[in-house]
Amino acid sequence: MTDSQWETVIGLEIHVQLSTKSKIFSDASTVFGGEPNEQANEIDLGLPGTLPVVNAEIFPKAIAFGLSVGAEIATTSHFDRKNYFYPDLPKGYQITQMDEPIVKNGCIDIELNNGATRTIRINRAHLEEDAGKSLHDAFPNMTGVDLNRAGIPLLEIVSEPDIRTAEEAEKYAKSIHQLVTYLSISDGNMNEGSFRCDANVSVRREGEKELGTRTEIKNINSFKFLKYAINYEVKRQINLIESGQKVTQETRLYDSTKNETRPMRSKETATDYRYFPEPDLLPISLDQNYIDQIKKTLPELPLEKMNRYAKEHGLEEGDAKFLSNDLELAQFYESCYELNRDSKQIVNWLKGEMFNRLSNVEITIKDSPVSPNQLCDLIRRTSDGTISITTAKKIFGKLWEGKSFSVDKVITEEDLAQLSDGGQLDKLIDEAFQNNPKQIEQIKKGKTKVLGYFVGLIMKQTSGKANPKQLNDLIVKKISSLK
Amino acid sequence: MLDETLTEQIKGIREKKYSSFELTEFLLDRIKDKTELNCFISINDNILEEAKAADKELERGSDKPLLGIPIAHKDIFCERETKTTAGSQMLENFVAPYDATVVSNLKRAGAISLGKTNMDEFAMGSSNETSFFGPVKNPWDETRVPGGSSGGSAAAVSARLCSAATGTDTGGSIRQPASFCGITGLKPTYGRVSRWGMIAYASSLDQAGPMALTAEDCAIMLKEMSGHDKKDSTSAQVEVDDYRALLSRPLGKLKIGIFEPLMKELDSATSLVMEKTIEELEKIGMTFAEIDLPNFSYAIPAYYVIAPAECSANLSRYDGVRFGYRCDGPSDLKELYQRSRTEGLGKEVKNRIMAGTFALTSGYYDAFYRKAQQVRRLIKNDFVEAFKKVDVIIAPATPSTAFRLGEKAGDPKEMYLQDVYTTSSNLAGLPALSMPAGFVNNLPVGVQLIGDYFDEAQILAIAHQFQSITDWHLTSPDIPT
Repeated sequence: MTDSQWETVIGLEIHVQLSTKSKIFSDASTVFGGEPNEQANEIDLGLPGTLPVVNAEIFPKAIAFGLSVGAEIATTSHFDRKNYFYPDLPKGYQITQMDEPIVKNGCIDIELNNGATRTIRINRAHLEEDAGKSLHDAFPNMTGVDLNRAGIPLLEIVSEPDIRTAEEAEKYAKSIHQLVTYLSISDGNMNEGSFRCDANVSVRREGEKELGTRTEIKNINSFKFLKYAINYEVKRQINLIESGQKVTQETRLYDSTKNETRPMRSKETATDYRYFPEPDLLPISLDQNYIDQIKKTLPELPLEKMNRYAKEHGLEEGDAKFLSNDLELAQFYESCYELNRDSKQIVNWLKGEMFNRLSNVEITIKDSPVSPNQLCDLIRRTSDGTISITTAKKIFGKLWEGKSFSVDKVITEEDLAQLSDGGQLDKLIDEAFQNNPKQIEQIKKGKTKVLGYFVGLIMKQTSGKANPKQLNDLIVKKISSLK
Repeated sequence: MLDETLTEQIKGIREKKYSSFELTEFLLDRIKDKTELNCFISINDNILEEAKAADKELERGSDKPLLGIPIAHKDIFCERETKTTAGSQMLENFVAPYDATVVSNLKRAGAISLGKTNMDEFAMGSSNETSFFGPVKNPWDETRVPGGSSGGSAAAVSARLCSAATGTDTGGSIRQPASFCGITGLKPTYGRVSRWGMIAYASSLDQAGPMALTAEDCAIMLKEMSGHDKKDSTSAQVEVDDYRALLSRPLGKLKIGIFEPLMKELDSATSLVMEKTIEELEKIGMTFAEIDLPNFSYAIPAYYVIAPAECSANLSRYDGVRFGYRCDGPSDLKELYQRSRTEGLGKEVKNRIMAGTFALTSGYYDAFYRKAQQVRRLIKNDFVEAFKKVDVIIAPATPSTAFRLGEKAGDPKEMYLQDVYTTSSNLAGLPALSMPAGFVNNLPVGVQLIGDYFDEAQILAIAHQFQSITDWHLTSPDIPT
């Protein structure tokens, strides 16, 4: 088997939970982690006589997404009912958008590892309600149903089958994730299910026009698993075909512990969802002015941010990209930049100390114990020579552990300031020269290496607080005057 | 007290002719005497307390328009802490934790709830014979049906068990039983009355309305029931008229449209009733003109595709999982679904779910559901055109008088034709009322007035002025007690 004979075709359906305070069709809370069914009211439970009412918060969010991927925003669209029976679907139908999605025909560029960019077309993005959850382990011989998630607003983003490798799929999913978090339309929290991917995967021999039979891998909630699942599935399908068997069109689940996919339900039981327009809701009618208004208030997107950092803040492209990649990081950086224009120093700190520490903990930079204010104080005190870089890093550590709140206070209380007083250093150098005539003789003979001996000596005397550059300069100056 | 209308009861309580408590006791006794009619599925156990409270409120000077008036609700309206069954075994013990907006609006107006009236299961039926709680009998002839699906409400008003009741009308379910029982019933414009808390049959057609002895009583009820409701997106943001105040206004020479083909279908006795009604209406200044409704005959087939399609989805929630009937000892999920629904739902309901499921199935959708929606648009357009020429349309309410219990029960097609004159206004979303207009073989006959959108005031005024020169609406069934 050689992979080069095969082409993989992948399309992704990404379910993004929109960050609204209440549900899409009821006023129940959307906060994650409540006791089962605590956040399900009569509408979420589908009690007789209840009716859905659309939460208007969802529209600007869907529109913002559509505009950011250059899509058409439908000025008229509507909701449909998708009918199927399942215990976590209280009404026996899901309210979704079938033939008139709010967002149509967009695209997004992804950057590949070799530096090239690929454009992935987005067929549509539509609004719908999330289903509840079945809890199979909660009760012996029974299944529990938790409807807290039922009715959380979802934007389902459907790509065209433009993706060719698992790596591209991962990049695409990451780009969408970056976009929805940048737009603040979703918290993007994958552990809590706010961002879930379904992958449609098929393979065909290189050069073939017809698409192969596809399988759909459902509910993947990590970028890493997305890549693994697709890679596994591609191998499985190629093996099947090469051994003379056929790929069955079916829905599969990815098991991350075994790193394999396995069938969930097969085509034989495939459901006819009997979509029809939802009669309980009016058609959605959006004014073009309203859409234009949202366009005006769209936040700066990653690429725009990167260019601005490079152009206006004088950052190298790599640094600018590092910052703009993550909205929280960019926001932290910008708070710092407001206080201190030394953009290069800020980046160095973020890439160094900050990143190292964040990589060992669960929190993101938004919750960093070291605030932009504190970081800028550190930068200021190192640039003006009050403290050395080494001392600054020590102080950063203290701030990280929450031991102090003021950089200046730590410097004073712990006497960490550098000795930068020229007169005092002069005196110390003179004393050192007097007490070490042998070394002076050696210098006079041209052994400049001895210079370091004096630096070390005075550093020791000042417990490392002497400003090393200033000290060095002074010694060089004095030695040259000796000659 | 027996033959008093809602208007008279309001006056009676307000002028201290009797208290709400006395009126309520009288009606409770009357209901007991008439249990064989099977009008009620449940009676409000607290009503005497509520009547007492209303009397105290009146003492304190409250001027709520319906203060202390006992009314009955069709058992399709959810009422907090009260069983709401929709006439089905599926919901035999269902208690909603909320009031339907119709219920809360009438409570707010001071009305007290006598109980919940019998109905065809999930409002699917035209004879009240599909109710899990047994058929209702027509007070004019107990061997006959009261019509449906709001048969319990119609029979209760007709038998003077209450002066007014709520009903719902998806394809004729207020007007047909009103006609069979000799009372006045109004289906308002779609969106006039909130559907919140009203158990859905076909969402795009369901509309709640009043059932009472007179147009004036319907006007009083409608004003209190109506209005925009944040909880129902399809409820209209159109101001509610003071229907009662507009009843006696001079109507001038209004033009009433007649669609001739409908009149030709009537038997001679009913035809005579219609002719006499037109004569009476001429007396109050009405003029008549012919109109064309070219797609009228497609209303029944379109209705019997759209309504079942919507019902097939609306009734999916009755799955035995969260509430309602659950079968004993299912071995797995599929069996839980199949048996709970098979055992908990009646035959007619299952027929319609099956028909609707079929109409929405891919491959049949275009030929059935989509086509029916297209027909619906054509029917609506026909009415819009007609209302450019006339102010109101007159039509028969039913193809016959009340038929015998069991007479049509085995023949759904024959039963569905009961709605031949009524479904088109549901499809178009127009307001329509049925008013008593005469008798054929000692059984009441109703005539229908269809109004333009949100012009309930107009048809109510015409009916009121008709009732001021006729007394069909005051004729009471002579039932031996």
